[in-house]
Amino acid sequence: MSLISVRDLVVEYDGRRVLDGFNLDIEAGEVTVLLGGSGSGKSTLLRQILGLERPKSGRIYVKGTDITRCSGAELKKIRRSIGVAFQSAALFNSLSLEDNVALTLREHTALTSSVIDLIVWMKLAVVGLANFGKLHPQELSGGMKKRAAVARAPALDPEILVLDEPSAGLDPIVAAELDELILFLKEAFQITALVVTHELPSAFRIADRIAMLFNGSLLAVGTKDEIRADQHPRVRQFLNRVPDNPVHTPALACYLERYVQTREAKS
Amino acid sequence: MANLFEIAGRETLAELDYFGRMNIQLWDTLRGMGRALPLIGNRHRWHAAVQQMLEIGVEALPMVALLAMCSGFILAMQGASELRRFGALHYVIDLVAVGFTRELGPLLTAIAVSGRSGSAFAAEIGTMKVTEEIDALKVMAFDPVEFVLAPKYLAALIAVPCLSIVAGLFGILAGGLFMFFSTHLGLVLYFRYVLASIVLRDVLAGCVKSLAFATIITHVGCLEGFRVRGGPDAVGHSTTMAVVRSTFLVVVADAIFTTIFYFVGKA
Repeated sequence: MSLISVRDLVVEYDGRRVLDGFNLDIEAGEVTVLLGGSGSGKSTLLRQILGLERPKSGRIYVKGTDITRCSGAELKKIRRSIGVAFQSAALFNSLSLEDNVALTLREHTALTSSVIDLIVWMKLAVVGLANFGKLHPQELSGGMKKRAAVARAPALDPEILVLDEPSAGLDPIVAAELDELILFLKEAFQITALVVTHELPSAFRIADRIAMLFNGSLLAVGTKDEIRADQHPRVRQFLNRVPDNPVHTPALACYLERYVQTREAKS
Repeated sequence: MANLFEIAGRETLAELDYFGRMNIQLWDTLRGMGRALPLIGNRHRWHAAVQQMLEIGVEALPMVALLAMCSGFILAMQGASELRRFGALHYVIDLVAVGFTRELGPLLTAIAVSGRSGSAFAAEIGTMKVTEEIDALKVMAFDPVEFVLAPKYLAALIAVPCLSIVAGLFGILAGGLFMFFSTHLGLVLYFRYVLASIVLRDVLAGCVKSLAFATIITHVGCLEGFRVRGGPDAVGHSTTMAVVRSTFLVVVADAIFTTIFYFVGKA
């Protein structure tokens, strides 16, 4: 049975359908990458899987529990097995980096403070922030915040890791290091990861399976090779980075010429 | 005309929705309050509550004291200018003592706390909403109401009545200074008259009002924060609304309590 299973999911915002009869299975121990253009419904799908919003219809099973129908206590229990790094990092600005990472350890475990300190140091060291633990989020660069969010996500050694555009805004070296970290977590702890990204090299480096979304529906799903070989026009367009509305240079030149002529006539 | 009824109906429903949400939030907070109590609760919540007490109470002390002193002088001088004509200057003592114990102490404190802390609650929680920190709390298996609101409410329930008593003392002291300079009445004698003019019921009435005002300020401020949708401009709007709504509701609640105490006192 799949670790996460999405069935016939329909999500609407003010009557606008964002996900339309969406189905997806995420297997345990795999890295699944969600690809898709802006507004395709990737972040909405993540919010649904995390139980942050209720769908219009459909079911989402996480570890066998339907989180669209379960009680608050059950949802809390499931959430303890999920580590999340948000697109905006969502670090607590009132806490230092160390405290951000230590928060769940202090609140949800009975570990002693010395053990927690060690775990926090290790988590921060993995993303290269071991020397920045005393700083607050507002004292960090955007890239450092992202890395800190990635360090915080696996603090409780969760079964499932959800990363929303983890490498966006990072330099290529740090982004590559992050890819290796995800692969390391998968190998070492058999962690199941769900990653939203726009970075194609990163997606093809870390993914066991890739799911491509378009206009709230699943366009294609498969292994890296299956996606590379997919001949659907939208998949080809996305992989080959072909723009939807290319700038029509002659038309633009014509428009500018008319604009200048009008201005000259007026003066 | 139909349009007018439509607007009235829509606004009424919106207000009912607001009060419904506030009641649900109040109930959720009361259920989570146990976790913020010392010894039996979570020590992190209690530490947060103590921190909030310092911010709501201790930091507001100079402002509330000054506000009460000025109001005490004004009340004593306005009262004296009228009562002097009837040779009843000594009634200024009763006016200031009873007025500040029952009414002005709690009311002035509530207005000051609403401006300082109510707006701060809305801004803090609103910013947490915008930066996805509230979502991060949820996916970390924390209850945002218990984590963010319960310590603030507990702190307000302790700090606001204390501040009200301090405001009453400073207001009465200002009346004493006025009497000293205008009639050479000694402060010791003045305070004896004060103690003779107020009864325990006046103090209790002031405390009951303070608790109600603390509830209004905390829950309106936090609800405005939780209702934030969008960006920084929405945070600014929620901050303004928190002050406007809580000040208005404090005055309405004061009128209701005063009416109840008036008729209960007569009976």
